Amino acid sequence: MKFGVVVFPGSNCDHDCYQVIKEVLNEPVDFIWHKESDVRGFDCIVLPGGFSYGDYLRSGAIGSFSPVMKSVSEFSKNGGFVIGICNGFQILMESGLLPGAILRNKNLKFICRFVNLKTENTDTPFTSGFEKGQVVRMPIAHNEGCYYAEKAALDELKKNQQIVFRYCSESGEINEEGNPNGAIENIAGICNKEGNILGMMPHPERASEELLTSADGRMIFESIRDHIKKVK
Amino acid sequence: MDVKITKELIEDHGINEEEYQKILKILGREPNYTELGIFSVMWSEHCSYKSSKVHLEKLPTTGKNIIEGPGENAGVVDIGGDLAIVFKIESHNHPSFIEPFQGAATGVGGILRDIFTMGARPIASLNSLRFGPLENPKNRYLLERVVAGIAGYGNCMGVPTVGGEIYFSETYSGNPLVNAFNLGIARKDRIFKGKASGVGNSVIYVGSKTGRDGIHGATMASEEFDETSEERRPTVQVGDPFTEKLLLEACLEVMKKGCIVGIQDMGAAGLTCSTCEMAGRGDSGVDIDISLVPLREEKMTSYEIMLSESQERMLLIAEKSREDEVKEVFSKWDLDAVTIGEVTDDGILRVREKDKVVAEIPAKSLSDDAPKYNRPMKEPSYIKEIQTFNLNEILLPKDFNEVLIKLLSSPTIASKEWVYDQYDHMVRINTVVYPGSDAAVFRIPGMEQGLALTLDCNSRYCYLDPYKGGKIAVAEAARNLICSGAKPLAVTNCLNFGNPEKPEIMWQFSRVIEGMAEACGVFDTPVTGGNVSFYNETLGKGIYPTPVIGMVGLLDDHRRHLSQWFKDEGDRIVLLGESKEEFGGSEYMNIIHGIERGFPPEIDLDYEKRVQEVCFEAFKKGILKSAHDCSEGGLAVCLAEACISNNIDKIGAEISIESNIRADALLFGESQSRIVVSLAEKDIQTLKSIAEKYDIPCHLIGRVGGERLEISDEKRAEPLIDSGINTLRDYWKGAFEGYFNEG
Repeated sequence: MKFGVVVFPGSNCDHDCYQVIKEVLNEPVDFIWHKESDVRGFDCIVLPGGFSYGDYLRSGAIGSFSPVMKSVSEFSKNGGFVIGICNGFQILMESGLLPGAILRNKNLKFICRFVNLKTENTDTPFTSGFEKGQVVRMPIAHNEGCYYAEKAALDELKKNQQIVFRYCSESGEINEEGNPNGAIENIAGICNKEGNILGMMPHPERASEELLTSADGRMIFESIRDHIKKVK
Repeated sequence: MDVKITKELIEDHGINEEEYQKILKILGREPNYTELGIFSVMWSEHCSYKSSKVHLEKLPTTGKNIIEGPGENAGVVDIGGDLAIVFKIESHNHPSFIEPFQGAATGVGGILRDIFTMGARPIASLNSLRFGPLENPKNRYLLERVVAGIAGYGNCMGVPTVGGEIYFSETYSGNPLVNAFNLGIARKDRIFKGKASGVGNSVIYVGSKTGRDGIHGATMASEEFDETSEERRPTVQVGDPFTEKLLLEACLEVMKKGCIVGIQDMGAAGLTCSTCEMAGRGDSGVDIDISLVPLREEKMTSYEIMLSESQERMLLIAEKSREDEVKEVFSKWDLDAVTIGEVTDDGILRVREKDKVVAEIPAKSLSDDAPKYNRPMKEPSYIKEIQTFNLNEILLPKDFNEVLIKLLSSPTIASKEWVYDQYDHMVRINTVVYPGSDAAVFRIPGMEQGLALTLDCNSRYCYLDPYKGGKIAVAEAARNLICSGAKPLAVTNCLNFGNPEKPEIMWQFSRVIEGMAEACGVFDTPVTGGNVSFYNETLGKGIYPTPVIGMVGLLDDHRRHLSQWFKDEGDRIVLLGESKEEFGGSEYMNIIHGIERGFPPEIDLDYEKRVQEVCFEAFKKGILKSAHDCSEGGLAVCLAEACISNNIDKIGAEISIESNIRADALLFGESQSRIVVSLAEKDIQTLKSIAEKYDIPCHLIGRVGGERLEISDEKRAEPLIDSGINTLRDYWKGAFEGYFNEG
């Protein structure tokens, strides 16, 4: 199996994702340049965090028109697995691969800190290794991370179990105190209806080693790896 | 454009009569307008160090690990194996006052370019910030925008901002300080220099297009401020971190190809500085045609193009036959790369506009022949006056709990979480100790070793006694690294002072340097470079002398480090060093009594070094669980921070001390050379014997545990301090938020 990490101009978590997959998971991984249109041979593609195209216009807006995104879209329609983290999540929404939009953080400031997340859905290939309801610790690092969707879209998300992670308190309560950016219904991560595309604002790659005070994020990479190995 | 060179014009360029005579002699004729502009920026204080050079020569700059000392874009230090660290600190004070967001942002951009110019990938940023009191809305505005500017640039670049310091004092109202530090990692055999060599080699311009922004920025940084300073907004550059990120990746990529002979960023004094400095260092000349420079605005004159400080630009010297390889890389990253000239052998910086020569100056005259002043010095009259201070006039406060809370919630001491939450301090996943401890600790990618970084300066001490203050700044930086488990390696410094043309300021400068030089010698931490920022004055009032020390330390194993907070219930708490009746210049005197006078605490560098040796040896033996240095706010604040500063957890402590000094001195005095450590009871004897070996007092003062911080003097029945740690934590953590939610 093989992971791919897309490099947009302005990506800056590309290296971190690459390093975790290669050094922590010990799995094959390659960078994919944004001008590339051929993504054959990959099983899971990571759209990393950063500031693609400087986040000019709107976070992820220009990134979604990058040549590679056409191929990523095709890839996902054929059942390929895609993880969008932070800016990668924003690009997925801008591309229409995931529903909803992202607004500026409630406090209008960039926030970098560890948050608690409640695992709402463990039936996705990305979260099968978690316990249902498990509270995990990962950092966020964004200026625009306040997830928003209109009521109809929100109902749809709920109906299809597409909400994967919600921000919560240390003890797992979904409340305002645990919500760092004002995201609607504390939504931190969602997947598509088919379950092969995951988008999340928190950074699992920054929480993949005990040395960095949490290794909870590693489970996302391990879950998808195990899933791909099983089906392949 | 022909502009007549008049007396007024020369004066407007900040060039004095003596300097102008020198220019006439160098050229053998009158300079034209463009040439006058070039001399003006290159001979400005900011670029030439004309007032500071004679003093900077006193600093130790060599050592066995030092690969590159002062004079290059940044210092380079060997860390073993194939790797070297490249680091530097630089000020962006003046632009940050005029336009705080862009001023601070481009300060970060500039220091990052200094690092990757040398072939290093930047992996950690720090900053030292100083503002007037937050009660003043203007100061709140400055702080908020400076922090946003640093965050905006650094976060987008994907370089973590891992720590630093922030101080507040009236002296910085109207003259805030913004000093940005960066450190990068390079391969020892792939260090690049700003050098133009090889006659016929190509001079290639890369990065953003040139606009009119920042013209005469370097000259602006070489003048005092007055009421009209804010009208100078146009001289502040505008940053584009996205382009700089592309420039960073493209430069590091092209450097691997082996076709780059020299490289320098276009920072202060832009194209002028990069061309003449590279020619100067390469003992060569440079001939450029500015009609080839990519421009952002129409009808720019040669004067404007040469002096523009537009950001995100670099000048490369590439092997003649390999230009295409360079251009290919830059085109991949969608950046301009244009050959604008070539290296010559006549030692002349020749600027042409197509066929017309618009400037012709011996390159070395701009850098090497810049004026050098040994300016007059005089001890300021305030020194004698402020040192007269009678301790007995200070009444003992009734409630020490209240004092502790006041100190913990004063912005200089309070938690800076509100600030560092806005910085991405984790990207690149190397940060091992997050902001909030004595020093930032991170791993070196792919290596066992780790690095610890700190920035330090107590400017009030430097104001009261510049010589002692200079020593303490270095000693405290070293102590902070030791408290992280790192061995101090080397120093970079950012010397922020008032107007050097005043003998009193020069006296402060000279005394601070003498103190620093002595301390750097004792700790074996040579100075590898840095920056001098003079003219930090508004309406004739200078700031406190502020020599910010950036110190880098090495850990043998990044997994084995120390942090400042207590860890486990039942651990013993030990104070290394001695508390004396020393108040002068303390935060306690300032915050509680409103007094900024007296003698700063004594510092005996040999004793200090031994205290640090004890801590380091105990750490090496693996017996320490935490270490925290006593600094602003004294022992009580140090202990409180050890209880509450861990982001994940908190724990109380019970302290009992036998002391013969005033209770407020014991709690809040700022005696130097003290470290509070915690360790398991079984290891106490080992620590004691290490302390004995170095002849350093080692007092067992308490134990970790519970949910209160209790500090008692053995001679009194009532504890001096008895506060719930949740209360202390709330005040300490909430202070910044409080200021910003108000307004």
